[in-house]
Amino acid sequence: MPEIIFRTKGLTKVYRSGAQEVHALRGVDFRAARGEFIVILGPSGSGKSTFLNIVGGLDTATAGEAWFKDHPLTALDERGLTQYRRDHVGFVFQFYNLVPSLTARENVELVTEIARRPMSPDDALALVGLTDRRDHFPAQLSGGEQQRVAIARAIAKNPEVLLCDEPTGALDSATGIKVLEALAEVNRSVGATTLVITHNAAIREIADRVLRFADGRIVEETINATKKSPAEVSW
Amino acid sequence: MVISPLRRKVLRDLRRLWAQVLAIALVLAAGVATLILGNGAYASLQETRARYYDDYRFADVFADVTRAPRALLGDIREVDNVLAAEARIVKLALLDMPTMAEPGTMMLVSLPADADRGLNLLHLRQGRLPDPQSAREVVVSEGFAVAHRLRPGASLTVLMNGKRRELVVTGLALSPEFIYALGPGEMMPDPRRFGIAWLPRPALEAAFDLTGAFSNVVLKLAPGASVDRTIEALDRLTAPYGGAGAVAREEQISHAFLDAELKQLSAMVKVLPPIFLLVAAMLVNITLSRLIALEREQIGLLKAIGYSSRAIALHYVEFVVAIALLGIVMGVAAGVWLGVGMAQIYARFFSFPFLIFTRDPQIYGLAAAVTVAAAVAGALLAVRVAVALPPAVAMSPPAPADYRARMGAFHRLFALRQTGVMVTRHLFRWPLRTASGTFGVAMAVAILVASLWSFGSINHMIDVTFARAERHDALVAFGAPEPARALFAARQMPGVLAAEPFRAVAARISHRALSRKLSIMGKPETPTLSRVLAPDLRPMAMPEAGLILSEALAEALAVRPGDRVTVEFLEGARRTVTLPVSGLSLGYVGLGVAMDLTALNRAMGEGALISGAALQIDEARKDAFYAAAKATPKTGFVAVTALTVARFKETLAENITVMITVYVGLAAIIAVGVVYNFARIALSEQGRELASLRVLGFTRAEVSGILFGELATVVLLAQPFGWLFGYAIAFGMVQAFSSDLYRVPFVIGPDVYVTSSVVVCAAALASAWAIRGRINTLDLVEVLKTRE
Repeated sequence: MPEIIFRTKGLTKVYRSGAQEVHALRGVDFRAARGEFIVILGPSGSGKSTFLNIVGGLDTATAGEAWFKDHPLTALDERGLTQYRRDHVGFVFQFYNLVPSLTARENVELVTEIARRPMSPDDALALVGLTDRRDHFPAQLSGGEQQRVAIARAIAKNPEVLLCDEPTGALDSATGIKVLEALAEVNRSVGATTLVITHNAAIREIADRVLRFADGRIVEETINATKKSPAEVSW
Repeated sequence: MVISPLRRKVLRDLRRLWAQVLAIALVLAAGVATLILGNGAYASLQETRARYYDDYRFADVFADVTRAPRALLGDIREVDNVLAAEARIVKLALLDMPTMAEPGTMMLVSLPADADRGLNLLHLRQGRLPDPQSAREVVVSEGFAVAHRLRPGASLTVLMNGKRRELVVTGLALSPEFIYALGPGEMMPDPRRFGIAWLPRPALEAAFDLTGAFSNVVLKLAPGASVDRTIEALDRLTAPYGGAGAVAREEQISHAFLDAELKQLSAMVKVLPPIFLLVAAMLVNITLSRLIALEREQIGLLKAIGYSSRAIALHYVEFVVAIALLGIVMGVAAGVWLGVGMAQIYARFFSFPFLIFTRDPQIYGLAAAVTVAAAVAGALLAVRVAVALPPAVAMSPPAPADYRARMGAFHRLFALRQTGVMVTRHLFRWPLRTASGTFGVAMAVAILVASLWSFGSINHMIDVTFARAERHDALVAFGAPEPARALFAARQMPGVLAAEPFRAVAARISHRALSRKLSIMGKPETPTLSRVLAPDLRPMAMPEAGLILSEALAEALAVRPGDRVTVEFLEGARRTVTLPVSGLSLGYVGLGVAMDLTALNRAMGEGALISGAALQIDEARKDAFYAAAKATPKTGFVAVTALTVARFKETLAENITVMITVYVGLAAIIAVGVVYNFARIALSEQGRELASLRVLGFTRAEVSGILFGELATVVLLAQPFGWLFGYAIAFGMVQAFSSDLYRVPFVIGPDVYVTSSVVVCAAALASAWAIRGRINTLDLVEVLKTRE
């Protein structure tokens, strides 16, 4: 039985705006094992991003529990959450969020400088196939390349979890596939539990498991007996 | 009234960006306030003085003589362009106040028979003029009366020509001649130890044995008359009667000090407001540039729906004009408030019967116009960008900032971490803004350096003058030159430990077409109590025959050591001789020239005469000395060094707190304005990057560190420039203030730089602190989802 990396129980998030209450999460129970590649689908407002934010240590739950290994995330304060993100989590954003004043390699170094057991920045870039573009600034890279730098930056710290919020959302299909290949590759080689949020149902086929969110709950869970490689999917 | 949507946007932008708007408006306000204060105070002082001079018939030419017959007055009145001449008796007397152990000096001035028709008319503040027949009634200067709580009816004792006289005060008055009432041998007005008493001529004639004669004459000239020519003619007439050379108004002590004050004010107007307006223009530029960059898409939209480029440009100009108006309102309020404070300071130093604080709308109009112009000028560059944006381009997001060209290997030099690389690249990416920020902070430092240095400088001046040069405890000047043996009498006075003679002789020194009238000081060969210092502060020995000129005098006469100057003595046998310039000395107050006492007497063709003595006094017996000095008939006046220095320091201390508060406030306004706006803009540009770093696990402190690192770089980079600018401004001020009256030593100690930097860094730190909250509350979730 592989080690459980994430565990949530009755995870609930309520946003209050004025007198109005918005239930973003309504008691989510979830588990993820080490090295699992999970795709999370769902329409806007279904709670999938809120869920990712809470397990990623960016947001706090209103009720329920979330555990990273044997650390209760829901008990951590701001400082504890920062430390958690720093040591264990890799993030990939929809719009890459690279630092424009740093080259590809420097963007990766930004993270390896503060990580506990980082890989070499060059290895991280090699994993995403950007060795020859490492001295370029973001403005000199295509969107797909920028996203691959972002992935390299996310995994360079050797994180236990890799969280991706719409990583292909801003990319065309061909470029998106390259990014997914990079994600699949690092999932395999680093062994990080990978959660990918997407609107794009086609991506589900490369996952070990697919969760569908709706109305703040997980409404469907599918386990792929056989994963496709990113090159085999199309949208 | 319907407010157009764009105008509504202006109002909302102002409210949304209130902190930045306020920071800029404050800098503008400082410019307006200093402009109004400077121009207003200048105009007030100028106008007050002019009106006072006019209304009270202030004379144009002043001359002292030893003793001239009143008949000479007729000849003087015949001189071309002389409208009026008044012959007076002006003499010094020793004060003997029961409330004051130390000796004070009273200047006695005769009143004309018809007190309303003379020159330098009195402004009676209380009481009445003396009865022309009375030998005891006097009017005294108001400052002196206030210092001693004298009212009409009070009596006071003075020693006139060695004789004790009881006088009765009939009134308190002011005179245009003594707006700045400086006692003999003093550096600052001290109304306690120096007063003026006006009394009917007969009383003075009797006391000083001047029946049918006068000792001083003042002239009123026709407008536009040549003062020099009149003075020449007057000097010719008075020479046989011991005329020591007439002076024009410009050299009259009270007038000259007022002039120095006016000069200082006009220098302030030239230096301070432009700094503030320049910094404000720069702040407007960087803030508006950022606002326009952020509103790129809105600008595109406005253009797409049909707003003209002109309307959009006007919209941003309106925003800036609104900031300028806010600055003007605050600046005018502060300027008027400070103006009242300034008037109070004037009232303390200058005795005016009235003070006109100008409310000339021109001054306010000028301040407002200049301020709006500065703000709009700052906006133009930024607005041009908005105007030039084609709508289609404007509506798509800007390309990511391109750092290609500015890569450089700068960071490798310092082995910076990546966050450090971010800081340096961001600073290099916007070189103009970085330069502007640096310049702004540098100006804050410069304002402090340029104002704080003077205090250290004055202390240096006091130290050099009184601890190294004039080391005597007291200086006794005789009423008239005495034989050298008078020194022994002085030495015998109670409490006197040592005595050193001096001779002061009025003379005109000329070199080619340049000349100056002053007192030549004769001193022993190696003086110990009243020394002459070389520019390197070493005491100088008196040369056998030549003169030692102060640097200021040498400059005024354009001479160097080795040159020969013509010396025309204005006393005694009035000889004219040529003497070599043997050396140059340091001197801060007045124009100085010294020579060997014996050589001086020889050059004048006189025997061994002295004018007084510098004394070292036993501190424990100083009261006995004071009493003896007052009782000695020969005493003309006594200057006590400790009292002079104390008064100087006291006056300085009265103003130093106010001055430092004002300048620190002004510098802080600049520092806060620049740093706060710079920080807000940097945060607005990099907020997304910083939030992303927080997501990646950077702590709040690390993320703040990036932004603060940028601010710190700018602030630190600005320091040496600030010191340099401050030094340059201070140097310019020294040049502007240097006059025959004063020469300010240009000494800037390290403490001045340190204090200036500490103040500015503290202000910068405070404004950085103010945006820390914004960094701490960066929305981490938001950045995952949005593009810039």
